[in-house]
Amino acid sequence: MSGSNHAHGHSHGHDSGHGHGHGDHVSHDDHMEAHGSLKDYSIGFILAVILTAIPFWLVMTHQLAPGTTKLVIIGFAAVQFVVHMVYFLHMNSKSEGGWNMMAMLLTIILLFIVLTGSIWVMYHMNANMMPNMSNEGSSVHGMHDMQ
Amino acid sequence: MSDIKASTAGTLNGADPSARYFVRDHHPEQGTLLGFWLYLMSDCLIFACLFATYAVLGRNYAGGPSGGEIFDLKLVAVNTAFLLVSSITYGFAMLAAQNKNVGKVQLWLAITGILGACFLGLELYEFSHLIHEGFGPWRSGFLTAFFALVGTHGLHVTFGIVWLVVLMVQVGKHGINGANYRRLACLSMFWHFLDVVWIGVFTFVYLMGVLP
Repeated sequence: MSGSNHAHGHSHGHDSGHGHGHGDHVSHDDHMEAHGSLKDYSIGFILAVILTAIPFWLVMTHQLAPGTTKLVIIGFAAVQFVVHMVYFLHMNSKSEGGWNMMAMLLTIILLFIVLTGSIWVMYHMNANMMPNMSNEGSSVHGMHDMQ
Repeated sequence: MSDIKASTAGTLNGADPSARYFVRDHHPEQGTLLGFWLYLMSDCLIFACLFATYAVLGRNYAGGPSGGEIFDLKLVAVNTAFLLVSSITYGFAMLAAQNKNVGKVQLWLAITGILGACFLGLELYEFSHLIHEGFGPWRSGFLTAFFALVGTHGLHVTFGIVWLVVLMVQVGKHGINGANYRRLACLSMFWHFLDVVWIGVFTFVYLMGVLP
């Protein structure tokens, strides 16, 4: 009984604290937080152009072997992703009290699970469900072999 | 009873109980921006599923054309340039908004919108060209996944342009007040986010699709 009363008292204090906080925010609402500067956008844009142009150039002019090209352009995409996040979306560990970053990290983890999981599982499904593909023979032949 | 008294007195007298819960750092300054960011992250998961689908089906041609046969990289490069330039012009609109310069905000928003429309036009041209050749989404698993992924991105750009036009009207009507600045900041995130998704699209779909 006494415990619940305490809790109530505390929650009341909590609410009033929030109320105050909210009032403060409203009065500060007109204040416009700076989102980046001309310098930030310029650096980001120049980096993004370079990081976009090189992969296109690599693929269109066949500079490297296809396997190497794939790895290199994935690398460029990863770097460009970071550039866009930092210079255009103004991502850092402090914006929105760090929750922006937390949400993004969770999303990246989920994205990783969805992508690698799908590719992994489906690759094995393909490998196990279509024995005829490796035989180079027609499907009719494959069926005969199985019977 | 005495317990109730004690707790009430504690709340009223000392600032301690309320101060304990009144930690500013835990409460984001702009809740709307965080909320919108969470929406973008959920949108990101939609694209993750579409990318995963493309990764699985991307080489199932079913006797139809492969990526190398139907992708026109020059067209994609021009398209990428449109989107990239529109990203920085939106940045200029945000900088103008910080200076409360209504005319400049509208000018940069208009340029951004036109670049977005050019992007969409080229994409629709590519789609109609493919469908005309008989390579619509029904042709193979690869084309289904391709149209779903790129089409969803294009749909996002379409709604981004609608939002952009609405904001141009609102900024013209009410000037740049706190609410409009917040809306501009949200659209800024949305627009730059679409550019980030496009990095994935041109890398994994177009460039890697052309490679054998």
